[in-house]
Amino acid sequence: MAEELVNVICTFCGSVCDDVLFDVENYKGKKFCKLGSGKFSPKERIKSPMIDGKEVSYEEAIEKAAEILVNAKRPLLYGWASTVNEAIRLGVILTEKVGGIYDQCASVCHAPGTLALIEEGVPGGSLGEIKNRADMVVFWGSNPLEAHPRHPMRYSVRAKGLLIKDRKDRKVVVVDVRKTKSANMADLFIKIKPGYDYPIISALRAIIKGEESAVPSEVGGVKKELLKELADMMVNAKYGAVLYGLGVTQSRGRDRNIENAIKLIQLLNRKTRWIIWPMRGHYNVVGAGEVPAWEAGYTYAIDFSRGYPRFSPGEFSANEVLQRKDCDAALIIASDPVAHFPRASVAHLKKIPVIQIDPFPNMTTLVSNVVIPSAVAGIEAEGTAYRMDGIPFRVKKVVETEYWSDEQILEKMLEKVDQLMG
Amino acid sequence: MSDIMLHIKNGIVIDPKNGVNAEKMDIFVKNGKIVEESEVSGEVKTIDASNKLVVAGGFDMHAHIAGSKINVGREMRPEEMRTVRLIAGKFRASIGRVLLTSPAIGYEYAKMGYTTAFEAAQPPVGALHTHEELDAIPMIDKAALPVFGNWHFVLKYVAEKDFEKLRAFIAWALERTKGFGVKVVNPGGVEAWMYGGNCKSLDDEVPGFGVTPREIITALIQETENLNLCHSVHLHCNNLGTPGNYETTIESMKLASKFSNEKRQVLHVTHVQFNSYAGSSWRDVASGAAEVAKYVNSVDNITIDMGQPIFGHATAMTGDAPFQFTLHKLTGARWSNKDSEIEGGAGIVPIAYLPKNPVHALQWAIGLELGLLVDSDKVVLSTDYPNGGPFTEYPYVMAMLMSKKMREKELERVSPYVQKATNLPSIDVEKTLYEVIHMTRSLPARVMGMDSKGHLGVGADADIAIYDLNPLEVDPSNDFETVYKAFKTAVYTIKGGEIIAKEGELVKEVWGRTFWVDARNKAAMDAIESDLDDMFEKYYSLQRVNYGVEEAWIKKPERLVMG
Repeated sequence: MAEELVNVICTFCGSVCDDVLFDVENYKGKKFCKLGSGKFSPKERIKSPMIDGKEVSYEEAIEKAAEILVNAKRPLLYGWASTVNEAIRLGVILTEKVGGIYDQCASVCHAPGTLALIEEGVPGGSLGEIKNRADMVVFWGSNPLEAHPRHPMRYSVRAKGLLIKDRKDRKVVVVDVRKTKSANMADLFIKIKPGYDYPIISALRAIIKGEESAVPSEVGGVKKELLKELADMMVNAKYGAVLYGLGVTQSRGRDRNIENAIKLIQLLNRKTRWIIWPMRGHYNVVGAGEVPAWEAGYTYAIDFSRGYPRFSPGEFSANEVLQRKDCDAALIIASDPVAHFPRASVAHLKKIPVIQIDPFPNMTTLVSNVVIPSAVAGIEAEGTAYRMDGIPFRVKKVVETEYWSDEQILEKMLEKVDQLMG
Repeated sequence: MSDIMLHIKNGIVIDPKNGVNAEKMDIFVKNGKIVEESEVSGEVKTIDASNKLVVAGGFDMHAHIAGSKINVGREMRPEEMRTVRLIAGKFRASIGRVLLTSPAIGYEYAKMGYTTAFEAAQPPVGALHTHEELDAIPMIDKAALPVFGNWHFVLKYVAEKDFEKLRAFIAWALERTKGFGVKVVNPGGVEAWMYGGNCKSLDDEVPGFGVTPREIITALIQETENLNLCHSVHLHCNNLGTPGNYETTIESMKLASKFSNEKRQVLHVTHVQFNSYAGSSWRDVASGAAEVAKYVNSVDNITIDMGQPIFGHATAMTGDAPFQFTLHKLTGARWSNKDSEIEGGAGIVPIAYLPKNPVHALQWAIGLELGLLVDSDKVVLSTDYPNGGPFTEYPYVMAMLMSKKMREKELERVSPYVQKATNLPSIDVEKTLYEVIHMTRSLPARVMGMDSKGHLGVGADADIAIYDLNPLEVDPSNDFETVYKAFKTAVYTIKGGEIIAKEGELVKEVWGRTFWVDARNKAAMDAIESDLDDMFEKYYSLQRVNYGVEEAWIKKPERLVMG
């Protein structure tokens, strides 16, 4: 069949590449990385809405889901990172209505960055600024070549811009506990001992502040000389960027690591220009935090059981809620907690009524009482998504489908909930 | 818009645009508009407004109510969210101390009798985010001003003196961002910040472009006038928040002197309080408000707004990224920064204005000096929400402008530094109710070029506020507490002919319109096509085809075509 290539926006990772092409006739992507290709290829789908394994209509499944939510004392509504803002907004309103808990995937990945932001702010910038100006980029505990494969080419390593005309104009440093694929593209790879990010950042701060005598000869497996070399490179960069990943947020120190890194950036800005930014994972995990922030004041771990939003990470975040058995129903959308959460969390999910909304079957489908298949945003449904740097994109609908979009499903569910609650 | 007809009976109307000063009048509403009595018939709802003040709905022309800045503010300051204003029920849950959630913003404006608010700084590449948040604000009409002063296209066209292209670019940008007018923040200074610098004077050269703030401002005024946009250039001056900056402010204002427009100002200078400091350092800082006021009063093509600080919590958030870094260094507070593609940047820093802090007290006094000393026809009331403080304290500012007694009482609790560094204690001016209504309704509507807003004449939008205040009896000079209380909570707020709030309680949730300006028919749009392709290809991190906001993505867009 003839190729019909259209511009689409990739809805896999936080890079949200908007220069990719999709062959709508043959259902095949062009210019995608391997991860994006996977998403934009034909895949096994959930065929039909189901209640307890029995195929039903959308209306029946949604009605059942609404009943579960209304009858629950405190339902958990979790996921949201791989859907569009329009659906997330309805999700926040739905959670508020049923007095539940809103939590999203960041609570198990980049939320420590949010906690650090609360302590210190976030001196950041957009990916375009990195492309145009950054003559030094440090990937800290992040592995873009494998997690965000086109990031280096489009934004951060090989990207050319206003001041960066060539790869040679940019110094690339990778700091990690092992030699990742990304380390191979770096000018300098610094291997650190697991869990030593904090002291290493402290050492860099001390050196840059002129207090290098306080730094021992080795910190976290890195020789002082090498730390001095890195500090020197940082101070001498005209515009630098630290791009950190889960290696920093999910290792010992968590939010304190990022806090320390932000303090390093604050210090560097007294001498030159630096920014810091998280390498966010899912294509709209940023939206899953931004939308509740404007609708309800917080980005994750939000409890509405008192009729107003309360924020308490470690208390209202999904794993803690599940392990405390503090929710009596769950709606899981656009994520797969059964595959990723600890066994104790999954054990509770198996005991309570679970509603799943997702285009694809996954481990969570196996524990779900109500399964509602949805259209794939970016292929079959449109809507707004925020790239990892917060730049908004309207992802496209290029293929017609019988599947309902997340937005449609949630709209109907809200309507049903309203009816049931009177 | 409602199809209910209203008869607002026996109210005491103040409507400065139409020269109505405390006259007992009836107002009639049909299809969301104000109409003649003869237009209404049949089932008409009557509101008894006897002995009450009837005015147009309030119009906040400069507030930061939507977009990445306020949202990062919320994310950075969960402590701001612990004030619960409304429990979820018929209406959304609404929370926030100074930084409010989107539902709370709409609700609080409505309760106060405000029906329109404009977002004053929209990062162009983030326009869709701004519109998403505007769409999440119920109750009010809104719009957003995209920022131009550091956008590489602007710097390039000004450097090349290619004004035809600049004109087309403004029209293109307004359409793509669904923006309302040309906002300029620290022109050139934010680009300099990308190299750690700033543009502190009008003649500092912008790195890499060979242009100066003076040239940028002048060119943007010139092309805004050539496009005959409804709003003039909206300028946040260079050198904000620095002792001695009043001179830069006046110098910037002088750039407007060669332009004129019969309908409106050609330059609106915003939150001028932050740009009216005399002295050479924070040790000898003083008020430059008198000089600024003198200049504004001497010309007829400039308007300003106050940027009045309110004692208590606030959050500084501007596109003026280098200033925000300075503020972070000065206060040691948290600091967020966002360099945005080739368009500009932003910063966010928490702040609290303390009455006993000499600098804060000085800022507070300067705001009031500007409000009192500038002609009421040229100064709009604003707190630059949330930079100077909450918009919910507009009634405080209104009462202060009308009562010297209230000011004297307040002066007793502020740092004595104000006594020597400002003229506030010796200012006897007391604005009238008529003037204050002008400064919060008809004037902002005129400054923004919104003919259907800010007044109660036939044909105007039926955005009406009724307050428990009888202008024929009240003496604002002495009864300042009554005035403050009355303006805090409207007896009725009517939006597009519907009653949305009554005596501090919400009645109905409505969704206002988002205005945007289409001036493409006034420029040769083809002239910039290849430049746009080229710049996007080289310097943006997204494709041109995916840049901007379509009307269909906005809840209730209203396109204003420039004639």
